[in-house]
Amino acid sequence: MALNIQDVTKFYGSNKVLDQVNLTMQKGEFIALLGPSGSGKTTLLRIIAGLQFADGGLLSFDGEDITGTEARLRRFGMVFQSYALFEHMTVAENVAFGLKMRPRATRPARAEIGSRVQALLEMGEIGQLADRYPSQLSGGQRQRVALARALAIEPRLLLLDEPFSALDTKVRKGLRGALRDLQKRVGIGAILVTHDQEEAFEIADRIAIMADGRIEQFDKPENILKAPATPFVAEFLEGLGAWQNAGAGI
Amino acid sequence: MTHVLTTGLVPSGPTRRGARRVLPGFGLTLGISLLFVALIILLPLSGLAFQMAQLGFPDYLNIILSERTLAAFSVTISAAALATVFNATFGLLLAWVLVRYEFPGKRLLDALVDLPFALPTAVAGIALVALYDKSGWMGMLLEGMGLKVAYTWWGIALAMIFTSVPFGVRTVQPVMESLSPDMEEAARTLGARDLQIFRHVGFPQLWPSFITGASLAFARSLGEFGAVIFIAGNMPFETEIASLLIMIRLEEYDYPAASAIAGTILGLALVILILANIAQGRAARHLNGGK
Amino acid sequence: MTAATVTHAPLHPQIAAFHRRQRLKRLALILSAAAFALLVMGLPVIAIVARAFQEGLAVYAANIVEPDTLHAIGLTVLTALIVLPINIVYGIAVAWAITRFRFPGRRILLTIIELPFSISPIVAGLCYLLIYGATGLVGSWLDGWNVQLMFNLTGIVLVSLFVTCPFVARELIPLMQVSGRDQEEAALTLGASGWQTFRHVTLHNIRWALLYGAILANARVMGEFGAVSVVSGNIRGETMTLPLQVQLLYDDYNATGAFAAATVLTLIAVITLVLRSLIEARHPHAS
Repeated sequence: MALNIQDVTKFYGSNKVLDQVNLTMQKGEFIALLGPSGSGKTTLLRIIAGLQFADGGLLSFDGEDITGTEARLRRFGMVFQSYALFEHMTVAENVAFGLKMRPRATRPARAEIGSRVQALLEMGEIGQLADRYPSQLSGGQRQRVALARALAIEPRLLLLDEPFSALDTKVRKGLRGALRDLQKRVGIGAILVTHDQEEAFEIADRIAIMADGRIEQFDKPENILKAPATPFVAEFLEGLGAWQNAGAGI
Repeated sequence: MTHVLTTGLVPSGPTRRGARRVLPGFGLTLGISLLFVALIILLPLSGLAFQMAQLGFPDYLNIILSERTLAAFSVTISAAALATVFNATFGLLLAWVLVRYEFPGKRLLDALVDLPFALPTAVAGIALVALYDKSGWMGMLLEGMGLKVAYTWWGIALAMIFTSVPFGVRTVQPVMESLSPDMEEAARTLGARDLQIFRHVGFPQLWPSFITGASLAFARSLGEFGAVIFIAGNMPFETEIASLLIMIRLEEYDYPAASAIAGTILGLALVILILANIAQGRAARHLNGGK
Repeated sequence: MTAATVTHAPLHPQIAAFHRRQRLKRLALILSAAAFALLVMGLPVIAIVARAFQEGLAVYAANIVEPDTLHAIGLTVLTALIVLPINIVYGIAVAWAITRFRFPGRRILLTIIELPFSISPIVAGLCYLLIYGATGLVGSWLDGWNVQLMFNLTGIVLVSLFVTCPFVARELIPLMQVSGRDQEEAALTLGASGWQTFRHVTLHNIRWALLYGAILANARVMGEFGAVSVVSGNIRGETMTLPLQVQLLYDDYNATGAFAAATVLTLIAVITLVLRSLIEARHPHAS
C-alpha cells in the first residue's frame, strides 16, 4: 500500500468540506476522484499534496506519517488545472525548476539536469519546444510541459487536478491515452481529480466517487457500474450509459 | 497619490470612427489644452533650453566641472542612490504585508505609505530635524550610538528616503496583488522554500514594476529640495545638494549657472526615467513570453 | 495556511508547528513593516504636533493667530481657490480632447501632460523665472507694459499651476477612455445639446475621479515649497505662503511658531489622506 488516508476531515470556517474520508491506494495504481463541484475532491487532492492541512485524521505514505509534512518535502508531483507554468521561464527552465531548487547536497550537476530535462521533454514529445516560453505554446503543449515538470522531481506520487479541463475535446481524448501510458511506463501511482465521468472511467484503475465531502463509493469502474453503492452514485452515473454500451471496458 | 505611479496613461486612442468627430467640443477643448500646455508647460521649459543654448558648451562645462558643483552632484546622487536602494527594499516588504496579510491597523499603515506625498516637504523637513538633531528623540538615541544624522550626509539620505517611500510601495503593490497563487503552489510542490519561491517565481514577475518604482524614487530624490535643506546642514562641498546650489545661484542672479546645474539634474532624471522605461518594457515583454 | 476555526481532534503536532511558524513569520513581517512605517513616516508627524504644543495650548493659539501666519494661511487658500478651478477646467478639456478625438500629435500631448511630474520643483521655479521674470523672454516684454508676473501672487499661481496640472487630467483620462463615448453619443441622438450631454452624462460619470484628482492637486498646491519659494520673492507678510512661512519662522529661530504653522499643513495632509481612502473605499474605479 502506497498512500493511506485515514479519517481526514477539513473545515472551511464552520463548513465541513471533508467528512472522515478514508482511502487506501496501492503502488502504481491510477485513482480518480470523481464528483460534482463542491464535493471536496480538489480539497482532498490539495491535502494529499500538502498545500493544505487536514483539521483531523492521518495521511501516510509507504508507512511514513506525512500528515504534517510540508508540500515541498513530500515529493509529490502535481499538475494544476491552470498548469501554473512559470511564464517568465522557458519550457526547459520550467522542467528543470524542481531539480535546481534542491539543496546543494542532493542537487544534480548542471549537465546532469540538462540531460534529464531533455529526456523528459523527449518522453513527452515536446523536445523541440525546450527554448519556447509558455505563452507561445498551445493548451496541449502546456499540459505536457506541466506533466514533464512534475515528473522531473522523480515524484513518489503524481497528482492531477483536472488536467484536461482547459483543452478542447479532440485534444483531450488523445492526451488521456498518452497520460495513462506515461504513468504506467514510469510506474508511479497517480491521483486524478475530475468531474468528467467518461474521463474517470476510461483512465482509472479505481474510482472514488465523492459527494458532500464523503466518498460514496470506491471501487473498480466495472464494479461501480454493476453495483452502485448509493442512490447518489446511480443517479450521478446515469449519463454514462453510452460509454458502457460502446464497450470501452477496461 | 498612487496616480503618480501608474505608468502608461492610455493604451490606444478611440477607433478610426473618431475621425468623424461626432461629439462636439473638439475645437474648444483642444484649444484650451494647447493654450494651457503652451503657456504653463512648454514655454517655461523652453526658457531653460534657451538659457542653456545661450550659455555655450565651454561655459557650461566650466560651471558643471567646478569643484563645488561636482561636490553637490556627488552628495545628491550618492544620497539619492542610498534612498532608492532602501526604499526599493522596504517597498517590497511594505507592499507584501499590505497585499498578503489582514491585520488590525492595516488601513492606517496603508494611509501612512501615502503620507510623504500629502505632507508638504517643508513640514517634513522641519519634522525630521526636530527628530534627529541632538535634542530630538532619535537624535539623542543615535548620538549615544555615535551616529550623527542631522546636518550630515545621512540626514540628506534620510530626507530623501522619507519623500520617496510611496514610489517603492505603490508601483509593485498592484503587480503583487495579481501574482497567481498557482505558480507559488506549483513551486512549493516542486520542493522550493519560501525564499526560493520569492526569488525565482515572485520577484521576476515584480521586476518591471520594481525598476519603475526605483527609477521614480531616484528621480524624485535627485530633485528633492524642501525636505532636505532643513536637515542637510548645507555646507558647501560637504552637505550641499544640487537643488540648493541652484537656489543659491538664483539668489546671486547668476541665471546661467543656475540653468546649467538645473539642466544637468533634469537631464539626468529624464535619462534615468527613459532607461527605466526601456528596461521595464523589455522585462515585461520577456514576461509575456519572449519576443 | 488556513488555520482551523472549528477544532475537534487535537491538531497533528507537525501541523500545529507549521501553523506556529507561519504565524511567527507573518508577525515578524508585519511588525518590521509597521516599525519601518512608524519610524520613517509616523514619528515625524508626532514630532510636529509634540513640538507645536510643547509650550502649551495658549502659546500654540497665539502662534496661529499671529498676523503673518494668518496672512500666509489666507494667501495659501487664495492660491488654491484660483489654481484649482483652472486645473479642473484644463483637466476636463484635455481629457475630453484626448479621449474623444483623434488628432495628429495626440500621443505627444499625452507625454507633455505628464511632464511636470518629472521636473523637480526648484527647476520648475527656475524655468518660470527664465521666461516670466523681469529679464525673461516674455517677462521683459510684459515689463514694458508695466506688468510683473514674478515675485507676487501671479507667480505663485502660475508655478502652482505647473506643478499640479497633471493631477486632474491623469485621473480623468484613463476613466474616460474606458467609459467610452457610447453614452454621450446616445444622449446627442436623443436631442441633448453638447453642453447638456457633458453636464448630465460625462460629468456624472467622472465626478468621483474629478474630486479625487482635485483633492490631490489641492494638497500639492497648499504644500508646494520649492517651486513657490523660487518665484514668490519671499516678502514678509505679503508673498509668503504657509510652507514658506514655516521656513521663515524656523530660520528666525521661532521653532514653536514654525511647528504651529506646520500643524495646519499637517492637518490638511491628514484630511487629504482620509478623503482619499474614503473615496477609494467607496468608489474604487475613481482612482
